[in-house]
Amino acid sequence: MIEVRIHGRGGQGNVVAAYLLATAAIDEGHFGQAFPAFGAERRGAPVVAFVRIAGQVLRRHNQVLHPDFLIIQDHALLHVPGVLDGLRPNGGILVNTTLDVSALEAQLGRAAIALPATQLAKAHLGRPVPNTALLSAFLALTQMLPMHALAGALGQKFKGELLERNLRLIEAAAQQVPAGLWKEVAHATGA
Amino acid sequence: MRQALEGSQAIARAVALCRPQVIAAYPITPQTHIVENIAKLVADGRLACEFVSVESEFSAASVVLGAAVAGSRTYTASASQGILLMGEVLYNIAGSRVPVVMTCANRAVSAPLSIWNDQQDSMAVRDAGWIQLYCADNQEAVDTTIQAYRIAERTELPVMVCVDGFTLTHTLEPIDLPTQEQVDAFLPPYRFSRTLDPRRPISMGTLVSPDFYPEARHAHHQALLKAADAILAADADWHAQTGRSHGGLLQVEGDADARIAILSLGSVCGTLADAREMHPELGPVKLIRLRAFRPFPAESLREACAGLTDLVVLERALSPGGGGIVGAEVKAALFDMPAPPRVHNFAVGLGGRDIPLETYPRLLQAVATQAPQPFALFDVDPGKLPVEDR
Repeated sequence: MIEVRIHGRGGQGNVVAAYLLATAAIDEGHFGQAFPAFGAERRGAPVVAFVRIAGQVLRRHNQVLHPDFLIIQDHALLHVPGVLDGLRPNGGILVNTTLDVSALEAQLGRAAIALPATQLAKAHLGRPVPNTALLSAFLALTQMLPMHALAGALGQKFKGELLERNLRLIEAAAQQVPAGLWKEVAHATGA
Repeated sequence: MRQALEGSQAIARAVALCRPQVIAAYPITPQTHIVENIAKLVADGRLACEFVSVESEFSAASVVLGAAVAGSRTYTASASQGILLMGEVLYNIAGSRVPVVMTCANRAVSAPLSIWNDQQDSMAVRDAGWIQLYCADNQEAVDTTIQAYRIAERTELPVMVCVDGFTLTHTLEPIDLPTQEQVDAFLPPYRFSRTLDPRRPISMGTLVSPDFYPEARHAHHQALLKAADAILAADADWHAQTGRSHGGLLQVEGDADARIAILSLGSVCGTLADAREMHPELGPVKLIRLRAFRPFPAESLREACAGLTDLVVLERALSPGGGGIVGAEVKAALFDMPAPPRVHNFAVGLGGRDIPLETYPRLLQAVATQAPQPFALFDVDPGKLPVEDR
């Protein structure tokens, strides 16, 4: 089972990101589960969502306390206490940031992946919504699902021009991260 | 075919498959997505029904009561304060013996204000005379919604399908939605035996004098007890048609010969099931899930508890000044057993407090090391209490 925790801000499509990832997994024949931890729901407030992907039925309905991966949709959230809590020792962190990877790693004191997802989204969507770029990078890093699974999930959510733009965005985002870098971690936890 | 659906969306689709004719609801977190999705199905022309937007939950319940006695298949949904605001009408619906199906997206009750999940709301209307079924996951919520119409229409009693708010309503899971043909075969067109019709006038909801009131209450009580057969039959027939059963009144899994069992209701049961599989070293444990809380399956419960030394009753609500609600009912049901188990009664996960997998070993440790708790809140942090309450 792979467990992912996604941190974002209200309005960044945090729940949508979690639902898209689980939908892509379910459509590929895996078992998947995605759910938010709602707090005060307002734009800009820190929000958290969880994803589980497994080879067998997921019966538990508790929160993910020890994620294998963290997806951080806003670099500034790294200053919020508890954002890195519970991450497994060999787990991966993917951050939406304009810092380069060495500056990010120096700040965190550990390995991480940097992706300028907001800039990519602005360029391709014309809107600063980083979620789909981050998902694409996550799949490129873990290679746990084929990219067409994400494209298929996006196709259930978006139509027409917005879908086309998102498809170009995920293609561009996937090329910005080292392909397969997290493959072994993802494989060891076993989707 | 399994598809990825949010719980609320799946429930809305299940409701639509049942071809309700009148829906009335007022939005309240965490039920809102259910009625939003239904409203969208109606607006998109995918569900032909009268969707009545009302100004309160009291009106929502009143509209479905009126529509049901006029012969319509009806639906409403609510949660928390909304259920309480419906309270008077819920008694009227049940006492009038009218088949209404409602989803309760279980949520804590104010004050203090909490939008998050526990089961205080449905427990607060336990005595209203409705059938209450509690779902462990969203597939069960879908299947139980459809079964609920069969049960309600066969028994002429209302059914409340209880689905943990957020924990299920806002969780996306793989769902196998039945086909329209399957649901149509399971639910023939509804005909209410006492439809209000000016050509054959009858009175409903009239004043009942002391000469008849106790008999009416007796008949209502008996009807609920007899509804157990309709719940079992609906689940069995659904299983025959779809291959999916959800345990009828009560589901037992785990080690059949265990001396220790944990009983609960709702979505925590899946978490306990996973935790049990992760902890074989803690010895054999049986898991009992109450699916039906009304009618209360006392006989099935006694069968499930035969041979136990200890039973943990884990519930998601409490009666302040009394203790556990489910716990008290379980103890009453076990009282007549020749050798009833010791009962350890805990409330857990109130107001959305997460119920982690570690709950399972901690419960078993409490059984092994502590005298049975008449009732306690399981996960209270003494550091957060006023000094005098620590």
